Amino acid sequence: MDTGRRTPTRRQLLNAIGLMGGTAAVYQMMTTFGHAAETRFPGPPNLSGARKGSTVIVLGAGLAGMLAAFELEKAGYKVQILEFQNRPGGRNWSLYGGDKYTEMGGATQTVGFAKGNYLNPGPWRIPHHHKTLLHYCKAFGVALEPFIQFNHNTYVHNVDAFGGTPQRFRSLAADFEGNIAELLGKAIDQKALDAKLTPEDTDRLKEALRGWGMLDKDMRYVKGMASSSHRGFELPPGGGVNGAPKPSDLLPFDQVLRSGIAANMSFFMNDEFQTTMFQPVGGMGKIGEGFAKKVGHLITYNAKVTKLFQDKSGVSVTYTDTLKGAVTTAQADFCVCTIPLTVLSQIENNLSEKKQAAIAAVPYSNSVKVGLEMRRRFWEEDQDIFGGHSFTSQEIGLISYPNNNFFQDGPAVLLGAFAGGPGGYRLGGMTPEERIEVALAQGSVFHPQQYRKEFLNGASVAWNRVPWVLGCCARWNEDTRREHYQELVALEDRVVLAGEHASYVGCWMEGSLLSALDAITRLHKRALEA
Amino acid sequence: MTHRFLSALIAAAALAGPALADEPGPGGSKPPVARTGEEVYRTYCQACHMADAKGAVGAGAFPALANNPRLGTTAYAAYIVANGKGGMPWFKDALSKDQAQALLTYLRSHFGNDFKEPVTAADVEAFGQRPTSRF
Repeated sequence: MDTGRRTPTRRQLLNAIGLMGGTAAVYQMMTTFGHAAETRFPGPPNLSGARKGSTVIVLGAGLAGMLAAFELEKAGYKVQILEFQNRPGGRNWSLYGGDKYTEMGGATQTVGFAKGNYLNPGPWRIPHHHKTLLHYCKAFGVALEPFIQFNHNTYVHNVDAFGGTPQRFRSLAADFEGNIAELLGKAIDQKALDAKLTPEDTDRLKEALRGWGMLDKDMRYVKGMASSSHRGFELPPGGGVNGAPKPSDLLPFDQVLRSGIAANMSFFMNDEFQTTMFQPVGGMGKIGEGFAKKVGHLITYNAKVTKLFQDKSGVSVTYTDTLKGAVTTAQADFCVCTIPLTVLSQIENNLSEKKQAAIAAVPYSNSVKVGLEMRRRFWEEDQDIFGGHSFTSQEIGLISYPNNNFFQDGPAVLLGAFAGGPGGYRLGGMTPEERIEVALAQGSVFHPQQYRKEFLNGASVAWNRVPWVLGCCARWNEDTRREHYQELVALEDRVVLAGEHASYVGCWMEGSLLSALDAITRLHKRALEA
Repeated sequence: MTHRFLSALIAAAALAGPALADEPGPGGSKPPVARTGEEVYRTYCQACHMADAKGAVGAGAFPALANNPRLGTTAYAAYIVANGKGGMPWFKDALSKDQAQALLTYLRSHFGNDFKEPVTAADVEAFGQRPTSRF
């Protein structure tokens, strides 16, 4: 309808709103338009007016602890960080050739990777909407590159489908969509949807199904150029005399259903797993190193915290130097505690009963990662796979291909297992050598000719045996959220907890950073009131 | 409805909720089904309590199950395995009643433990539950 008035452009509208309500209003409006991804990051905190000489002790030099320390020092506080390990970064971590790692139980691995190769035992991919992390990566000079999250040419393997033979993702996805489109088309023809749709919408839906599912003129999903253009050709289009392509056979639909491909397709729609994703150049641990460039001078390493007490006058933290055995008690006005709950629940403290109950109420997940260094990039050279994941229902869960240095000669490291749940427990209970054998045996299903032949060496991390966290991530459920979450995150006089466990972005680096910013904002307010 | 299909449905239900960074992916990560008490221990328990059941120490500790008088009280041991404790997750949905009974029997008669009284079906009533949703 023409009202005679010109509709303002979006930019004009935003300018007008900005004049009326400031940037917050623009932001809210942009979100309404869907032009700003939802983020809970309002920008770095503006903490001003810290009392001269106020002190804060931060427990843990993971990302949450280091961000808290960085912003608090910037605000004028005198900050000290205690860290159990001899390195900064916490679960933000990469293992390189020459690194030594000893897990609980005593097994020690010396990583044998070639120079430049690495395994990211913990976080390994960053969603494009994790704006806090992306902001500080940029601010601290951590270079990022694309992480190839979604690759149509990788494999999906299910022991219960196709006699255990892996299929390419694109073939399974195309055949699933094609069959669904054909079935829905038949339902329309049988008037099954007449009660739901007008005749016009029914026509639109049929045309949509034809285009989406690559159906023929009779609304059938059949072998031919249309289906092959999604699922892949028997003989791809070429040049010259024999350039004509040959279409590929369709997979039996019952087997397609058994493969569980719909779960894979759904996985890639999850908002934390949608493209574009990123990784730091040179290994995930570069983020922790980047943070440590800003706050490394504040960190005391090899410090095992044994007591955390507070009273009216301040906080006292007792810690043991794990190399020299010396016991020290440090004093501060306030404390930001980022120690994982698995460990914190075992540290003597005088926090309230409710707080202690919350700390003890959250179990941790487990996961196991195995890195396998291969002599050459056979997945690229022989199978045209450049990054991405091949999924399996076996314990290893998936194998994932490197996202950098494409086409290079020389050794490269595959992620040979990312096992969670029951599979993670079983692999976690094995020796490092046994884990590698399982990874080779199960991963061979995707690359039977090359996998063992090209294998050079491997390394593994079972998170429940990592001495400084005793698990992977905090696992909340509806009941524990309701009963304990607010109590866990509440500032208790002079002590506040932070970390991924104190967030709703559980297990992501973004969660630990958002938690840290929220914690120090409240702590600063409390400090000014003191 | 086949058992396998039902299992898949339950697994899918368990995954409902926000994406967690430590989830391997849609394929799952399934070990062989543990049947004997020893198999259950090897599959689920020794990752933390260690192959010799002596536990381990890092920034915190995993308690020893070897020579542990608390295993003398079956109800206590069953409660901890079913509901977890501190960082230890609950296993009331991961383990069936049979698996829990086999595990508790094994633990009470190995690793220096020697408790004669049999573990009964009533002791493991809490196991075999459907997974709870997470958030």
